[in-house]
Amino acid sequence: MSRTAQNDHLTRLEQTSMHIFREAFANFRSLCMPWSMGKDSNVLIWLARKAFCGKIPFPLLHIDTTYEFPEMYEFREKARAIHGIDLIVRINEDAIRRGVGYATHDPVTVTHELKTVALKQALAEYKWDALVTGIRRDEDPTRAKERWFSPRTADSTWDYKDQPPEFWGQFASVAPEGGHIRVQPLLEWTELDIWEYIRRENIPNPTLYFSRNGKRFRSLGCHPITHPVESPASNIDEVIEELRRTKVSERAGRAQDHVGRNSMQELRAKGFM
Amino acid sequence: MSTSPSTLPAAPVSEQTEDHRRMHVVVVGHVDHGKSTFVGRLLNDTDSLPNGKMDQVRRNCAAEGMEFEYAFLLDALIEEQEQNITIDTTRIFFRTKKRAYAIIDAPGHKEFLKNMVTGAASASAALLLIDAHEGVMDQSRRHAFLLSLLGVRQLVVLVNKMDLVDQSEETYRRIVAEYSAFLKSLGLQAAHFIPIAAKHGENVVERSAKMAWWRGPTVTEALDTFTHEDDLTCLPLRLPVSDIYRFDHRRIVAGRVEAGAIRPGEELVFQPGGRRSVAKTFEDWPGPSRDVVGTGGSASVTLTEQIFVERGQIASHATSQPRVGREFRARVFWLGKEPLVPSKTYRLRLLTQNVEAVVAKIEKVTDASTLASVPSDSVPRDSICEIIVRATRPIAFDLHHECPVTGRFALEEGGRIHGGGIILEARSEGGKGSGKVTAAERTARAGHPPAVVWFTGLSGSGKSTVAELVERRLFDAGRNVIRVDGDDLRAGLNRDLGFSAADRAESVRRAAAVAGLHANAGQIALVTLIAPLAADRAKARAALANHPFIEVFVDAPLEVCERRDVKGLYAKARKGEIAEFTGISSPYETPESPEVHVRTDRNTTEQAADQVLQAIDRILAGKGEDWEV
Repeated sequence: MSRTAQNDHLTRLEQTSMHIFREAFANFRSLCMPWSMGKDSNVLIWLARKAFCGKIPFPLLHIDTTYEFPEMYEFREKARAIHGIDLIVRINEDAIRRGVGYATHDPVTVTHELKTVALKQALAEYKWDALVTGIRRDEDPTRAKERWFSPRTADSTWDYKDQPPEFWGQFASVAPEGGHIRVQPLLEWTELDIWEYIRRENIPNPTLYFSRNGKRFRSLGCHPITHPVESPASNIDEVIEELRRTKVSERAGRAQDHVGRNSMQELRAKGFM
Repeated sequence: MSTSPSTLPAAPVSEQTEDHRRMHVVVVGHVDHGKSTFVGRLLNDTDSLPNGKMDQVRRNCAAEGMEFEYAFLLDALIEEQEQNITIDTTRIFFRTKKRAYAIIDAPGHKEFLKNMVTGAASASAALLLIDAHEGVMDQSRRHAFLLSLLGVRQLVVLVNKMDLVDQSEETYRRIVAEYSAFLKSLGLQAAHFIPIAAKHGENVVERSAKMAWWRGPTVTEALDTFTHEDDLTCLPLRLPVSDIYRFDHRRIVAGRVEAGAIRPGEELVFQPGGRRSVAKTFEDWPGPSRDVVGTGGSASVTLTEQIFVERGQIASHATSQPRVGREFRARVFWLGKEPLVPSKTYRLRLLTQNVEAVVAKIEKVTDASTLASVPSDSVPRDSICEIIVRATRPIAFDLHHECPVTGRFALEEGGRIHGGGIILEARSEGGKGSGKVTAAERTARAGHPPAVVWFTGLSGSGKSTVAELVERRLFDAGRNVIRVDGDDLRAGLNRDLGFSAADRAESVRRAAAVAGLHANAGQIALVTLIAPLAADRAKARAALANHPFIEVFVDAPLEVCERRDVKGLYAKARKGEIAEFTGISSPYETPESPEVHVRTDRNTTEQAADQVLQAIDRILAGKGEDWEV
């Protein structure tokens, strides 16, 4: 590919995401990027390094549910070294002490306690103005309604009924009192875009995404509620080929999305990413 | 015919790029004219729904005893299903044989115009639905007006619900005639008017057998004729500065190329300011660096000469620079809950520029559905107007027809965007008015209302020190500001007055009168005067009731003031050389409820000044019409 070409689809997405990162950094006093270690999150790290010429000028936050796959903890340390990440790790110790866990509680409760509440605790401690998230509009219908810069109230709720207008590259730049702004550079990307970009840029990712014994993970969360899908795709090329053909939704293997008809909406209105 | 990812033929290499560039299309139209149903049907007929989605929605409908509707596929949120209106833009991906699309299902309900604008602003083409049975309605016209403002030029009109009018060609022709005349008055032209029945999928993807008279394209065929938005790479370079990075030894100018292209070695001019330097390198990570960055590219530029550059400036080539000025005429759509009014200060955002601005004049407010213009002194929510905008500082811009990206702007208040506009004409400052010069005109020119800030406190408490710093900050921020200092007055205007209670009262009265004159002239007057008696200060406040008034109590204990004794007055007073000296031989009545209370014994001058500036900012940003004299 010519180094001058900017018209290809992935480069357009990349350049736009870099711009979103830069506008966020210019607008907000303190910025943090939650890092799930999943593919979207890893693409975000790559885009941030591109936006800031190699070095990410703000911390990353890993909300450790304690239910991560062992491979993910290994990947965390590896990626941390590769990218030179300033990493904050947070666990909702209080919930763990109270015995909140998948053995005894439903997935929506556990996700809320170990992810959303842990994130709120970190927010209360560090008082970030803005969080960079890796959500995409194609993931599920509630995310389709998101903005590039999306305000959250002090208790992290999302007022999806009264979102600020956003046009011509102008975003909501002031968080509600005590709240924060979610900055979402991957909004226009699709799952296929993510994988094609990972292939083009050779971005490090966990190997759980590739098929072992006829199964692979398409989306990664807590191990008790994240199920692999039937797939022979054992490398990036095969994953991309599979995604071009599939009609099964990406988050089909994520149990907390499917408990009630609107469980995703409930989770997200309460502050879930 | 129906297409799906699995049946896509392998595209020839030459078409690969086109195929991968997703086209954004907005779907607009009056409430209940069938937008969501249409999009649901489009997804279904292009085989773009995820497995099981249709069954899931059908099951949900059955469980709640509702008839299935295609619209439910999109209206994913509970509230929408209950109200039967789409609340926000949803973005739906699908593809035809030719390429990938993102459909924006924009709502038609009037209340959600800001969401329609958000959706349409990111689209390169629009589908506008008109109910054949109901005909052209208010929002059908309003949406077209907004499309023309937002610069969406590619439009296909879908005359929907043809099943309700027995597929009548005559009804179709009537709507085409009426609506194309309206579009023409906006300078718009629809590529096609397609008769459809979205509910039944007629002329959406499949050709309708019931409308054999229709020889034109189906919706997907028409979509495939759209071209991507104009490439602005051929325009002059416009690179707004987003930030300056100094993460290591490098000093990098970061910004997105909004028009044109940039190469290392080119001379750049940064406006406003006009400083020049040469682009030395691009600092692309992980490298190698590009040799040109075109429109849409995020650039990281080092300069050969380290000139002062800041966020907001626009870099261009010397031969084709943007205009620089403070005033322009614009066509604006207003979405704010509060009306747009002159005399109020807004923030104007144009790319990365962010300056305070006022509406110098509302030329006309246009009824978006009839295009009739009405004179008005305020612009209500969801209307369109032509106004003169005046910024407090010079900004760099282009006219919209010269360069769309630098010819449009947003107006915000408190971080929330309330409106947007396109620049029609640059104006030299201070156009001719008529009649008496009003306070509103002065406010408009200054970019802020006048105010009186009254600093009171003991001699040596730091009134002048704090006021001088406040003055410096306001002046540097482009405000009209002046100090009215007690000592200066005593040297001139008040030369005839002593320190008796009566003379002190007269001194306060005169200071208030001087401050009032300055405020009438549009200044922020900073008065520094001991003014020891509460009754005198109350009279001053009353005399200045026409202006925002901020009383600042500059507070430090007598011992501290006496220790400072900058002018040696306390020493003289203690020796009895000065009679009736406040705090020593004459009382100081502490203000009971000053707007600002600063403690100069505990805080630095900077902190004290910040407190005062915050109070001034609140006044300048917050108050409405009550400044009128």
